[in-house]
Amino acid sequence: MSEELIFRFNVDGDDFTSAGQASVQVKKNLRQLGIDAETIRRVSVAMYEGEINMVIHAGGGVAEVRVTDEYIEIVLDDHGPGIKNIEEAMKAGFSTAPDTIRSLGFGAGMGLPNMKRYTDEMHITSTVGVGTKIVMRVNI
Amino acid sequence: MTVEGLTKIIDCSALTMPDPEAEVTGAYIGDLLSWVMGRASEGDAWITIMSNVNTVAVATLTGVSCIILAEGVTLDDEVLSTAKNKGVNVLSTVMSAYDCAVALNGVLR
Ligand SMILES: Nc1ncnc2c1ncn2[C@@H]1O[C@H](COP(=O)(O)OP(=O)(O)OP(=O)(O)O)[C@@H](O)[C@H]1O
Ligand SMILES: [Mg+2]
Repeated sequence: MSEELIFRFNVDGDDFTSAGQASVQVKKNLRQLGIDAETIRRVSVAMYEGEINMVIHAGGGVAEVRVTDEYIEIVLDDHGPGIKNIEEAMKAGFSTAPDTIRSLGFGAGMGLPNMKRYTDEMHITSTVGVGTKIVMRVNI
Repeated sequence: MTVEGLTKIIDCSALTMPDPEAEVTGAYIGDLLSWVMGRASEGDAWITIMSNVNTVAVATLTGVSCIILAEGVTLDDEVLSTAKNKGVNVLSTVMSAYDCAVALNGVLR
């Protein structure tokens, strides 16, 4: 593939029944492009965690996935409350998820650590009261 | 061992089995979705008591061969039809997660 491909999704903020659908769609698209299984797995994990975080913590946002010859880039952009202390949020086990969310199986505080672990690069920029932007890359 | 083969050997019932030929290659137990997301391997039978639509999404994305709901947990119809549409096998057993894993071990090794 010589051209760059871009997939763009609006992630709905208050619909738990469709949460994760953008990630499921991306997985399907990457399969059709013939991307190898391990790369697809890494992108799926990182994107799902980021997508769910936007739903749970930020009231939704926009997800964009760019596929080039060298890497797959996932950009998640929201206008949620922002992350006060990114270092703390990155720690395994740290979570501010409320009980209602925990009862659905979320809130282990493992999402951001998973995103870090499964990508080659991850950058978070966040401003309290403005929003959060996360850029991740998985090299092919 | 295929998922369909599994349903004939261990004490469980298939709530939906859209992909009966999926190969069961291991097992993972967990209810916290981010742990499962990060640790379950493709082909695993995922033993859990967490049964909502997010369980189905995680199963799709990890590529587990089936979800096994332990302790007699079931799924409501809406989630079940989502699983069916997404090609996710869902089994239910009255066994505990531990007993289910022991039974699986006997079959997989
Ligand atoms: N997009 C976001 N906007 C605002 N806060 C966020 C966002 N993403 C993460 N956070 C904050 O960082 C914390 C840690 O996130 P992480 O994904 O690691 O865990 P979690 O979502 O709470 O639980 P889990 O992902 O294991 O279900 C969250 O509890 C939340 O406080
Ligand atoms: Mg999370």
